[in-house]
Amino acid sequence: MSADVEDKAGLPPRALQPVTVGLFATCLVDMFRPSVGFATARLLEAAGCRVVVPDAQTCCGQPAYNSGDRKDARALARDMIRLFEPFDYVVVPSGSCGGMISHHYPDLLRDDPDWGPRARRLAARCYELMAFLVDVRGMDAVTARLDATVTYHDSCSGLRELGVKAQPRRLLDSVEGLTLKELTGAEDCCGFGGTFCVKYPDISGRMVSNKVADIRATGADMLLAGDMGCLLNMAGRLKREGSTVQIRHVAEVLAGMTDTAPIGDTADTARRR
Amino acid sequence: MQATSHQFKDNVKRAMGDAELQASLSKIKNGFVHKRAAAAAALPEFETLRDEARDIKNHVLGHLDIYLERFTAEVEARGGHVHWAPTAADARRIIIDLARDSGARTITKSKSMVTEEIALNDALEQVGIEPIETDLGEYIIQLAKEPPSHIIAPAIHKTKEQVAELFLRHHGRYGKTQRLTEPTDMVREAREVLRQKYLDADMGITGANFLVAETGSIILVTNEGNADLTLALPKRHVVVAGIEKLVPTLEDASTMLRVLARSATGQEFSSYTTLVTGPKRDGDLDGPDDFHIVLLDNGRSGMIGTEFQDMLRCIRCGACMNHCPVYNAVGGHAYGWVYPGPMGAVLTPALIGVDEAGHLPNASTFCGRCEQVCPVRIPLPRMMRAWRTREFERGLNPTGQRWGLGLWAWFARRPRAYRLLSRTGAAVLGRLGRGNGRFRRLPLAGGWTGVRDLPAPEGRSFVAAWKADGRPTAMPVSPTQGTTGSTKP
Repeated sequence: MSADVEDKAGLPPRALQPVTVGLFATCLVDMFRPSVGFATARLLEAAGCRVVVPDAQTCCGQPAYNSGDRKDARALARDMIRLFEPFDYVVVPSGSCGGMISHHYPDLLRDDPDWGPRARRLAARCYELMAFLVDVRGMDAVTARLDATVTYHDSCSGLRELGVKAQPRRLLDSVEGLTLKELTGAEDCCGFGGTFCVKYPDISGRMVSNKVADIRATGADMLLAGDMGCLLNMAGRLKREGSTVQIRHVAEVLAGMTDTAPIGDTADTARRR
Repeated sequence: MQATSHQFKDNVKRAMGDAELQASLSKIKNGFVHKRAAAAAALPEFETLRDEARDIKNHVLGHLDIYLERFTAEVEARGGHVHWAPTAADARRIIIDLARDSGARTITKSKSMVTEEIALNDALEQVGIEPIETDLGEYIIQLAKEPPSHIIAPAIHKTKEQVAELFLRHHGRYGKTQRLTEPTDMVREAREVLRQKYLDADMGITGANFLVAETGSIILVTNEGNADLTLALPKRHVVVAGIEKLVPTLEDASTMLRVLARSATGQEFSSYTTLVTGPKRDGDLDGPDDFHIVLLDNGRSGMIGTEFQDMLRCIRCGACMNHCPVYNAVGGHAYGWVYPGPMGAVLTPALIGVDEAGHLPNASTFCGRCEQVCPVRIPLPRMMRAWRTREFERGLNPTGQRWGLGLWAWFARRPRAYRLLSRTGAAVLGRLGRGNGRFRRLPLAGGWTGVRDLPAPEGRSFVAAWKADGRPTAMPVSPTQGTTGSTKP
C-alpha cells in the first residue's frame, strides 16, 4: 500500500524520515472544533511529522465549487495551492475537503497552463488524515485508551473519493478499552452534503433521521467519524432526539484527547447521561 | 407529460407526508440493493465488464453517425422501415400516422420509457386510439392515471392494497369483482384481462433495450414475457428508441446484457431476452407482417460533444436511483418528469431545460453511490455539478443564495478579515451555547435547526489558538513572490 502511495506522491520512499506537514484544519474545524485540529497535530507528530499550520488558511472552496461558482472556486484553489505548496504534504482531517484538493483542484484548473500542474503536484501530496497516518506513515497503532463502545460512520467523500475505510478501523482497534460496533448502513450518506442540508432540509432531515436510527440501534455510547460536516449534522439530530450518544471526531479518540466535551454537549450535559 | 420539476420542493413535501409511499420505498434497500450487491459479488469479472460496457457505449457515441446509418441499412435490407424523429412531436406524428394507416383502434404497448418521454399515450387517446400498457407495473399506473415513479419498476410507489383497489375498480367490466389480497392472484387476474387485449390489438409498440447495428436487430428484456406478445401478435410492430441505444455488434450486446440485469434486478439474466430482426419472413410461423423503427433524438444529439455526453451511455437499469438516498426519501414522482433519481437529475435538464428542472441536480449531497454502482460508470455527481455551473453562469440561482455565496467568498479570499470573522463567530456562538453545548434555534439558521440542533462551537478558532500556543505557523505567501514557506517556532 505504502509503495503505491509513494508513487502517487512522486517522491522517493521516505515513510520513516521526518517530514513537514502543512495542516489544513478546514473551516468547520477552525470555527467549531479546534480540538480536532490539536488532535490531528498530535497524531501527526506521533507519526514523526513536523506540523505547520499556515495561518492564512480559510476554506478549500467547496461551497463555491458545488454551487456552480467556478470563478470563486478557482480563486480559492489558487490561494490554497500557494499556501500549501511549500510543505512535503498537506494533511486534512476531512475526506470531503481532502477530496476537494486531491481530486477537484486538478479538474478545476485543468486548462490553466501554470496552475494546472501546480494543482496536480499538490493533489499528489494531499491526504486525508487517516489515510496519511496508515498508508503513508505506516502507523498501525496508537497509544490511547477509551473505555467505550463506539460506532463509526464512513463519510461519503472519504470513502468513495479517497478510499478511507480500513485505516480508521485499524487504528481504533489499537485503542485500549475500545469496542467497535459496526453500524448498519455505515456507508449511507448522513444527509449533510454541504449547502444541501439547508437548501433541502426536508430531505436532509429524513436522511439524518434514518442515519440516527441506525446509530441508536447499535447501542454504542459514542459515534465517531472523520468529517466535521457529517459530525455536526448527526450530532445535531441525535441531540434533537434527546439521545445520550456522545459524538466525536475519530482523531480526538486516537490522540487520546477526550477530555473536552463531546460535540453538541457540555461537560455537564455529557456527565448527566 | 406535463413536467412539475420546478415544484420539486412542494413535490418533496407531499412525498414525505405520504405514508404508503414511504412504506413502499423502504422495500428498495432489501430488494434491489441487496440483490445487485449479491449478483456483482458472484461474478469475478463484473468490474471488468463494467469497463467494457462503458467503452462500448463511448465508442458508439464517438461514431454515432456511422452506426445509425449501418443500423438503418440493415433494418431496411430485412424489409423493415426506419423513421427519424428529431423531436417528441415528430415521433408522435409518425406513430399516429402508422396507427391510422393500419386502422388501429387498440394498441398494446410494452417496455418503453421513451414513449412516456414523448407522452405518446395522451396523443393516441386524443385521436381515439386506446393504448394498453402490458408491463404489469405500467398497467397499474395506467389504471391509476399516474406517471411512472421508477424506470424499471414504474409502480414501485404503490402498495399491494392500492393495486387491489385499482383492480376492483377497473376489472368489474371483465366480470372480475372480487377484492384480491395475494400478489399472485393479482398477477393472474391482470394476465387474464390482458390476454384478450393482445389478441384484439391492431398494432404493438415496444421500446428497445439495445439496437444492434450489424444486424439491424432490436433487443428487449422483460421478466413477464409481455413484450413478446406485444410484438408478435399484432400485424404491425412499431419500435420507439432513443438514438443512443445503439451497440455495434451482437457480441457487444451480450456484454451489455450481462451488466444490465445484474445492475437492475440482481438477476444474471432477465427472464426473457428477445431479439427481433425485421418482420415475419416467408415460412416464419409468427411475427408481425410489418416492422417499423422510430429513432428518437429529442435533444440527445445536442448532448454529444458537451460535458453531458457521458449521460448517453445510460442503459436505464435504475441502479442509481435504487442506491440514491434522495430518491429513497422522496420517490420518483417528486422529480416531476419521466426520469427520476440521479440519472433523471442529469438527463431531465438536458431534455426539458435547466430552467424547468434546475432543482434536480441541486438536490444531491454528492454522496457518490450512484456513480459507484452505475454499470457504465457515468460520472453522475460530476454532471450534476456541471448543471449547477450552468445555472450559476446563467444567474438562475436564487438571489439570496448568490449574495450569500459572494459574501462568503469575499471573506474566504481575505485571510485577515476571515480570521477576525471566524474568531468572533466562534467566541460569540461558543459563549451563547455554553449552557447546553447546542442551539435549538438560531436566527437565519432555520434550514438547519428545523430538523436538528446546531452544536455550539468550542469558543476558540483553531488557527488562532494554535498561534496563541506558540506553535509553528506559516505566514501568508505573497502572490508575486511564489512559494517560500517561512515558519516561525
